[in-house]
Amino acid sequence: MVAAAALAETVTLPAAGAALDIEQVSHAFDIDGAQLPVLSDVSISVEPGEFVALLGPSGCGKSTLLRLVAGLDKPKAGTLREDESRITRPHPSRVVVFQDPTLFPWRSVWDNVALGLEAQGILKSQRQRVDDALDLVGLASFRNAYPHQLSGGMAQRVALARALVNDPKILILDEPLGKLDSLTRITMQAEIVALWQRKGFTTLLVTHDAEEALVLANRVIVFSDRPARVKADIRVDRPYPRHRGDPYLADLRRQILSLLGLDATW
Amino acid sequence: MSTYSLSDGLASGAPRLSRAPLLANWVRESGVGVLASIAWVAFGLSCLWWEDVGDWSRTHSLGIAAFVVAAVALFGTVGADYLGSAGRALRQRAPWLVALGAFLTLWEVATAKFAWLPLPFFPPPQSIVEVYTDDLPKLLDSVFASVKLQLGGYLIGATVGFLTGVSIGWSRAVGYWVHPVLRFIGPLPATAWLPIAFFTFPSSWSASTFLIALATGFPVTVLTWSGVASVSNAYYDVARTLGAKPSFLVLKVAIPAALPHVFVGLFMGLGSSFAVLVVAEMIGVKAGLGWYLQWAQGWAAYANMYAALIVMSLLCSGAITLLFAIRDRLLVWQKGTVKW
Repeated sequence: MVAAAALAETVTLPAAGAALDIEQVSHAFDIDGAQLPVLSDVSISVEPGEFVALLGPSGCGKSTLLRLVAGLDKPKAGTLREDESRITRPHPSRVVVFQDPTLFPWRSVWDNVALGLEAQGILKSQRQRVDDALDLVGLASFRNAYPHQLSGGMAQRVALARALVNDPKILILDEPLGKLDSLTRITMQAEIVALWQRKGFTTLLVTHDAEEALVLANRVIVFSDRPARVKADIRVDRPYPRHRGDPYLADLRRQILSLLGLDATW
Repeated sequence: MSTYSLSDGLASGAPRLSRAPLLANWVRESGVGVLASIAWVAFGLSCLWWEDVGDWSRTHSLGIAAFVVAAVALFGTVGADYLGSAGRALRQRAPWLVALGAFLTLWEVATAKFAWLPLPFFPPPQSIVEVYTDDLPKLLDSVFASVKLQLGGYLIGATVGFLTGVSIGWSRAVGYWVHPVLRFIGPLPATAWLPIAFFTFPSSWSASTFLIALATGFPVTVLTWSGVASVSNAYYDVARTLGAKPSFLVLKVAIPAALPHVFVGLFMGLGSSFAVLVVAEMIGVKAGLGWYLQWAQGWAAYANMYAALIVMSLLCSGAITLLFAIRDRLLVWQKGTVKW
């Protein structure tokens, strides 16, 4: 076990997924001195390379959980582990793609994608990785454009390339397609699945769209209202590419929506 | 386009333009140039036609120069098609040439020829030309002294202001100590320090440099600070998840994001530092354009004052143009920016 881990360290294998363990994590916000609980005793264990969707009512604390996984915030209780090592601060092995692309407007597309390598001080020797990442999302010809010249979908693709250039072991997607039009969203869902299959990273996707969760993920975790607790952990055993009209998925979707209290309307 | 029909072409037998539109076209393109030329000829004639009421040595040369301008305006605009971008630029500015020629004619007539305006206070154009030709060394010395003083003070003020602004915006501890001082001292007009500064500093030059730096530093500090403070946390989150260290967050996130604000501060600082420069030169420093103005007033040399004012205005305007050119280069990524 130890030897295998050491081997994986020395030989730079293509980034494969890492395991993620969320153990009895609780979190609360301080608002004017009062404690507002947002996560209550959440435990999730994610296998390396799994694609897990986190689904729940808006404002239930899913995004907070992602910030804890990314290491941007520290939980009030419980621990998070990436491959046995405790998560205490951000690390480029866990990269977040936010709902807003948050590209740096003063940097060209290429420089935005290069951000991670530059921050880690390895850009000079690895410029090729930036070009590769841009090729991966099909935006090589926009390398010199500035963010204000891009459409919403293109900007989000650049954000994806900026994350992927670091070869993350865990890719954290915080409603990355939430603000895109429905056509672009469907295209990019297929692209995300293709990238995940090719690279093998573990993926954590926050979404409020049950269909999106079912088309993309092999596990859907449904959260309760705030403070978020795990309400259901559903395995989606269907091959890719998945069809939106698949009766099996439609059935799961109905179950999920009823868990979210929407059975009467659907 | 839409009014053109096939039968029009057939009726005239060949695609031939009639004479009237051709003439209209010519008048539209070159007419203003001809007007400009007439205005400048008028200016030249107004110089040479009547005798001067005073004793000025450059009247004749000015008249000749006006005729040269008139010739350039005429041939430049009429032949603009053969002159490339220079011709186009001249054509575009032709209306201004008309206005300028008319204004100069009026000025010449109202001062040098009939003295409608009281004379020592309203010198004619040729007396200002005389200043530029006969008092050039002194004027150049003054320009040099002003630019040196302004540049030194401004660069020091801008640098210190920028660094202070970034520190306040970034560090809570620095903000705790510097912010109250800034609020107490900053709004005070830098000129209010003049009497004290000239006593306490070893030389009037260092005192003025300090005051110019002070006038520049305050707006630069405040705007850099607010620029750094208003950077969205999302940018820091992104950079941190990508492995950025604090130094990267300051240099590569906070500062570039704050730059548009910084340039507003630099622009405001430039304006207030001009005011301090002139006042400092008028009161304490024995060189520079402010001093030249004061000196000219002492000798009732009003032409020299106008000449110095024109130079001063060109310098200030040039400085702002330069600042905006630098900004436009650095901030190409911005969509809409303030125009100058």
